[in-house]
Amino acid sequence: MTVKPLTIAEKVWNDHLVVKGEAGAPDLLYIDLHLIHEVTSPQAFDGLRLAGRPVRRPDLTIATEDHNTPTLDIDKPIADLTSRTQIEALRHNAKEFGIRIHSLGDIDQGIVHVVGPQLGLTMPGITVVCGDSHTSTHGAFGALAMGIGTSEVEHVLATQTLPLKPFKTMAINVEGTLRPGVTSKDIILAVIAKIGTGGGQGYVLEYRGSAIRALSMEARMTICNMSIEAGARAGMVAPDQITFDYLKGKPHAPEGKDWDDAVEYWKSLVTDDEAVFDEEVFLDANTLEPFVTWGTNPGQGVSLSDVVPKPEDYLDANDQAAAIRALEYMDLVPGTKMKDIKIDTVFLGSCTNSRIEDLRSAAEILKGQKKAAGLRMIVVPGSARVRLQAEQEGLDLIFKDFGAEWRFAGCSMCLGMNPDQLAPGERAASTSNRNFEGRQGKGARTHLVSPLVAAATAIRGTLSSPSDLVGN
Amino acid sequence: MDKFTTFTGVAVPLRRSNVDTDQIIPAVFLKRITKTGFEDALFSSWRADPEFVLNQAPYQHGQVLVAGSDFGTGSSREHAVWALRDYGFKVVLSPKFADIFRGNSGKQGLLTGVISENDTERLWSAIEANPGVEITVDLEARKAHLGDITVSFDIDDYTRWRLMEGLDDIGLTLKNETDITEFESKRPAWMPKTLPAKGNK
Ligand code: SF4
Repeated sequence: MTVKPLTIAEKVWNDHLVVKGEAGAPDLLYIDLHLIHEVTSPQAFDGLRLAGRPVRRPDLTIATEDHNTPTLDIDKPIADLTSRTQIEALRHNAKEFGIRIHSLGDIDQGIVHVVGPQLGLTMPGITVVCGDSHTSTHGAFGALAMGIGTSEVEHVLATQTLPLKPFKTMAINVEGTLRPGVTSKDIILAVIAKIGTGGGQGYVLEYRGSAIRALSMEARMTICNMSIEAGARAGMVAPDQITFDYLKGKPHAPEGKDWDDAVEYWKSLVTDDEAVFDEEVFLDANTLEPFVTWGTNPGQGVSLSDVVPKPEDYLDANDQAAAIRALEYMDLVPGTKMKDIKIDTVFLGSCTNSRIEDLRSAAEILKGQKKAAGLRMIVVPGSARVRLQAEQEGLDLIFKDFGAEWRFAGCSMCLGMNPDQLAPGERAASTSNRNFEGRQGKGARTHLVSPLVAAATAIRGTLSSPSDLVGN
Repeated sequence: MDKFTTFTGVAVPLRRSNVDTDQIIPAVFLKRITKTGFEDALFSSWRADPEFVLNQAPYQHGQVLVAGSDFGTGSSREHAVWALRDYGFKVVLSPKFADIFRGNSGKQGLLTGVISENDTERLWSAIEANPGVEITVDLEARKAHLGDITVSFDIDDYTRWRLMEGLDDIGLTLKNETDITEFESKRPAWMPKTLPAKGNK
């Protein structure tokens, strides 16, 4: 008997089928891990109460406070009433339904997508959902991880399953070796610029190739995190020794025989040689440069050494119209060198780039340097534990000496739901994932960058790469 | 969700077409954290007008809304359905609904029946001639009766079946309870568990 060759995404899907959908009906999939935060869960819990339903598996569910939480004065009551109410609702719901919660001030509090991996709850071959689109982050472990809406949150709470329509598969092949100063953030920004913000729609992306294999787990998370910016359902990387080493010894990682059984299964989670992807994309890592966005969607990006494009550079009429509007909003003139763009604020943070490696790599550049005059830099670690680790390594002192603000963990300026916002017209270099109009504050202008570019920019005051610092 | 077979309630004539979800419930109410208690939000800007139909005594306890074409267009907010439901509406009849609104309604047990333009007009006239009159909606027969008027309405077989069985999405999934439990019994021991909580070593 021949077995049909499968991609890793298909393998994980098949291993979680509870009921196969007949005649066009969706498949019913089992969910191994459900992450919850304050913004998208209140109505889901209310729905449960209304129907008199319990949470089926509190032991597969975990909550943390991140979107709304302040990054200063965390020991004081939250000033904004809406935010405080949402946080209090989450605490109340967690208590009522018996769900583990990591509240502000707790050592395991932090951005939901930083906390899951850090606790060792995110593992290869599991299904992960969360009422947040950047759940795709967890795909870096070879998990099938998807963002869901509030009704679906309620569905998972009640049944620990989700009806899902099948997906298509796309291989993103990145071969070669990254040059110094080029990171996984640049890879994903280049991928999105190439396939477009809708290019991944209906697909699960699998990042493959020698350049991906060479990346650390945290760098892989940065890539998978932004799969959603390409419109994809999820993004995945096949697990390997780097994955196993990262997981080993984490609080919830399997131990003893369980560990051996797990690793044996995890090793089977590779795309079969004969498997066929619905779509394939190729990217050369050798020639990649630091990549930044100039416009108001993550697909509007160029190499840092390039110039602001002209609308006429785009062939598609919709893209042209979008470019005209974006240039106006961003107040940029085509032909301007990206490196001449002056920046007001540098934000180092978000579930894309707020892990310890991100902070280390930025600190290494900032060490002994002086912040550009008039520029503001805020550093927001992804979790309380990342903050603690950074302090143990003395990174906080480097940031503070440099003149940056050292904050408590949370989503912060990534979406500006808390007081960390940009003023109208203010221009930021941000390590986050979305540069939509108004995302970081009304009228705010965002350039998405890697932590290295963020650091170099903070020193020079204009968009810069670490290589521009030679001689500084 | 309650099973829906036949329902009798006060009919309300909403002589407007293109009622979008911003009219049904303005965005300011979306900050709330509950899924209920949206009755005050329903048509909130229109209700500021004393002439608005729901402000007239016979219609204040309305339960069956007869609306013009293209009801529920605009944003996908589920709150629009919650607001109608919380006010007390069980049925909306209209010549045409926006797809997402119709999908959301089915999930929350709000019946949306498609009737002809001509029947809409007939119902409006009959209701206005006798404000506060009740209408009986028979889902099994897909018919609504008001006095001696009977109109037929359309609803897809799947949604009709779900409403008659009283099944929301979750209820439907829970019909597979045995499959879910069986799947759970076979999950490998190494799979992650959030409880009991473990800290860093
Ligand atoms: S950091 Fe930003 S993208 Fe990530 S979960 Fe928070 S708000 Fe969403």
